Amino acid sequence: MSAEKYMIDDYELVVGLEVHVELATATKLFSASANRFGDEPNTHIDPVTLGLPGALPVLNRQAVELAMRIGLALNCTVQPCTFHRKNYFYPDMPKAYQISQYDQPLNIDGWLELPGGKRIGVERAHLEEDTGKSTHIGGTGGRIHGSDYSLIDFNRAGVPLVEIVGRPDIASPDEARQYVTELRQILVAVGASDAKMEEGSMRCDANVSVRKAGQPLGTRCEIKNVNSVRSLGRAIEYEARRQIALIDSGERVRQETRHWDETDGRTHTLRTKEDADDYRYFLEPDLVPLAPETSWIEAVKAALPMLPRERRARLASSTGAPADGEAVMVVVERGQDDYVLDVASHGADAARALVHVKEAYAEQGASPTVPAADLAAMITMETSGKLTSTQAKQVLAEIVAHGGGDAERIAAAKGFEAMDTSALEAMVDEVIAAQADAWAKYCAGEEKAMGALVGSIMKISKGKADGKAVTALLQSKRQSA
Amino acid sequence: MAIPSTASSIAESVRRGERTATEILESYLANIERREKDIHAFNLVTTEQARAMAAKVDADVAAGRDPGALAGVPIALKDNMCTRGVPTTCSSRILEGWKPPYDATVVTRLAAAGAVFVGKTNLDEFAMGSSTENSAFGVTHNPHDTSRVAGGSSGGSAAAVAAEFAAASLGSDTGGSIRQPAALCGVVGVKPTYGTVSRYGLVAFASSLDQIGPFTTDVRDSALLLEVMSGHDPLDSTSIPQPPLSLMSSLDQDVKGLRIGRITDLPGGSDPEVEARVAEAFAALAAAGATIVDVELPSMKYGLTAYYLIAPAEASSNLARYDGVRYGLRVESSDTNSMYGATRAAGFGDEVKRRIMLGTYALSAGYYDAYYGKALKVRRLISDDFARAYQKADVIITPTSPIVAFPVGAKVDDPLSMYLCDVFTIPTNLAGHPAMSVPFGTGADGLPVGVQVLAPTLGEAAMFRVAAQLERSAPGGAR
Repeated sequence: MSAEKYMIDDYELVVGLEVHVELATATKLFSASANRFGDEPNTHIDPVTLGLPGALPVLNRQAVELAMRIGLALNCTVQPCTFHRKNYFYPDMPKAYQISQYDQPLNIDGWLELPGGKRIGVERAHLEEDTGKSTHIGGTGGRIHGSDYSLIDFNRAGVPLVEIVGRPDIASPDEARQYVTELRQILVAVGASDAKMEEGSMRCDANVSVRKAGQPLGTRCEIKNVNSVRSLGRAIEYEARRQIALIDSGERVRQETRHWDETDGRTHTLRTKEDADDYRYFLEPDLVPLAPETSWIEAVKAALPMLPRERRARLASSTGAPADGEAVMVVVERGQDDYVLDVASHGADAARALVHVKEAYAEQGASPTVPAADLAAMITMETSGKLTSTQAKQVLAEIVAHGGGDAERIAAAKGFEAMDTSALEAMVDEVIAAQADAWAKYCAGEEKAMGALVGSIMKISKGKADGKAVTALLQSKRQSA
Repeated sequence: MAIPSTASSIAESVRRGERTATEILESYLANIERREKDIHAFNLVTTEQARAMAAKVDADVAAGRDPGALAGVPIALKDNMCTRGVPTTCSSRILEGWKPPYDATVVTRLAAAGAVFVGKTNLDEFAMGSSTENSAFGVTHNPHDTSRVAGGSSGGSAAAVAAEFAAASLGSDTGGSIRQPAALCGVVGVKPTYGTVSRYGLVAFASSLDQIGPFTTDVRDSALLLEVMSGHDPLDSTSIPQPPLSLMSSLDQDVKGLRIGRITDLPGGSDPEVEARVAEAFAALAAAGATIVDVELPSMKYGLTAYYLIAPAEASSNLARYDGVRYGLRVESSDTNSMYGATRAAGFGDEVKRRIMLGTYALSAGYYDAYYGKALKVRRLISDDFARAYQKADVIITPTSPIVAFPVGAKVDDPLSMYLCDVFTIPTNLAGHPAMSVPFGTGADGLPVGVQVLAPTLGEAAMFRVAAQLERSAPGGAR
């Protein structure tokens, strides 16, 4: 948890995120058409998807199960729920209403824990259907208004979505980025979604307001069209500064929906509260209430995989590295933590395993091709002093390039022989004698002088000397000098 | 030998090879040829399709295959049920030119049982009305007196059976749209328990109330059609997970020991002759060994009001999809929003527009609680009243319609008086219960009167027992 509160001037930020994720189901939420991204337009359609007269929705059980996984992974309560119709006209909305959940959503009252430990509340995570995708041709800005004509692809219509409504517990752009990054990892971990912001399978709207410390909540604006984690931070910061400028100049923030424009880095009014649709929600009469049996909920819960937070804690405790430190974060995000633990189980030092995997395994994928035993053997040579850290990196590069290998043989082939302490000491003495000036300066407390001494020792040892051991020797010799 | 006149006798004779489906069809087509111009029961007569279906039935029989329980039975479909490749209009301009790419589940099931579809019948636009005068394609006339309405909204389907254009037909009943025209045309009409017959492919008016049911010349035929149509459909989430209804065995059981409810606080205003027929119906049932018991339904008088909030509210949402974007009528305009407006202004008739506005208003922010929310509470109260009444009674008897068929044009400028036609039928839909209308003598001007038999959820067996008894006891010469 960051000790210092994020402030802009003397304002604090209050941010709540609404995240939509497309579920990785085989078929749509209410029909048997395939749920697939990127295919020829209008090839995954049927009477239900197109909202043809007389067609009726039938709820997809797999979608419910994935939605429950999300809810349970976010510490929500899964409850009996209902579906409502949200009525509004739009050309890519085939029925002119969206089937969503309103006052009784599937998942309620959970939280997401940021890597640093702060909990962000999750008010609800409910099921709903996606709309089709419009492409507006001609005119300006790809908007329907002023375009020459529009094309609609209904492949996306009816794709199952879960909308995760976060509480306004986020206090900085960085926390917002952490929230979305962590959420994405959880969604992928539980197999609910591929959660790709760039493909639109994960979409994020931000409700942003500002206030001076201790004041009541300010008027919020909803920011749409944020298409990456990076944009999210930028959009929130821009919007906060815009609101602060308004307040500071004596104006008021209007409640409205704003559109983030990636190219100019600003938010623009999309619609004000006054032009907001009246959605006329009412209970969807074509569906019956959904009440997942306790046994089903329990089974879904029991089958949940280990979540990123638990994986980080496990890796941190095995390696001694901090759970929210870069190495643990990166390795868990790549899914290589099991591998690190496997290397450690072959007798290698877990901390060194973490460092090597983090640095050398970026391209290796969640299940590296290098046998854990090979890496373990290399690390054991390193920690027992048979390889310097520089040499270890070179040996490892070789192992990685060949998808495995015997560290001893590679080290021998490279001429990396362990240098014994007496040989090293002889070299140190030789350099001290040859560079008496530098030695004198170093002894007088001029730390910079040590660099020249170390450099010379490395040079005459042809890089075989361990830098740390050299430094330690020089220090002990100065103390006894 | 005369052509058999009931669905069950037709199917029996065709299956036995005594009659061909083709000759039966031709006899019904001849009736259509002779009288359809005066009745206007159909939006479309599908002669060629019917001949092909009949030929297939005949080929099955010739090859020794059983064509099914409805072998060769000419059946008319209300034009709000989807038929693959055949225009389905809901008697609305807005669906002009639209041919569904799929069949409604009922259509599939009837066809699989050997039925022969003769055409799509006229209705009040989107089933909104009680006289089949709100059709974009003209009024359906009552075969008993063509100066009068056939009732509605399934007036075309009722008239088709009454005029012998089909041996049976299907209608949909949202507030009485099967039972009221059945009563006015002197045929049997059944609204089964909500969820008994799949709504998949029925163009929705008010989804929580809509239910498909049969029109037939006698009670047995309705039982037969329901047995074929009913049973769980995985394509309709509100379909009750149960096997098809079994009703034929109820028909020959007497009514001894059954408790027949009489509503003591029934809203008044019925024709005296209608009331007289209903009194005779009670007497006949008592004479046949049933017990008449008094029941109260104090919330029934609020049913009409609740219905005219709930049904339009759902309709306003169900009909929002007719926007000119994907199918049906499109009136071009400068931008999308004005295209929506121009299309809907041109495509919908006055009654549909009235109900869309009413329903939109009832659901709007600030009005929901006072209108739609309150109507839902009334709906609950009515169900509670019925639950209490059915502790004392097995079925309840009322008039189907307070009046007999009225002259064409008599009520078109008075929507409220038109709405009152459904005062006895609406509570059933609000409760999701089954009810049916059975012809029982005549009223003013010798026009048919229907008696309504109401039953609790899945109480069809007792309902059919009583209906069969009423049919046996009915005053002669009703039709």
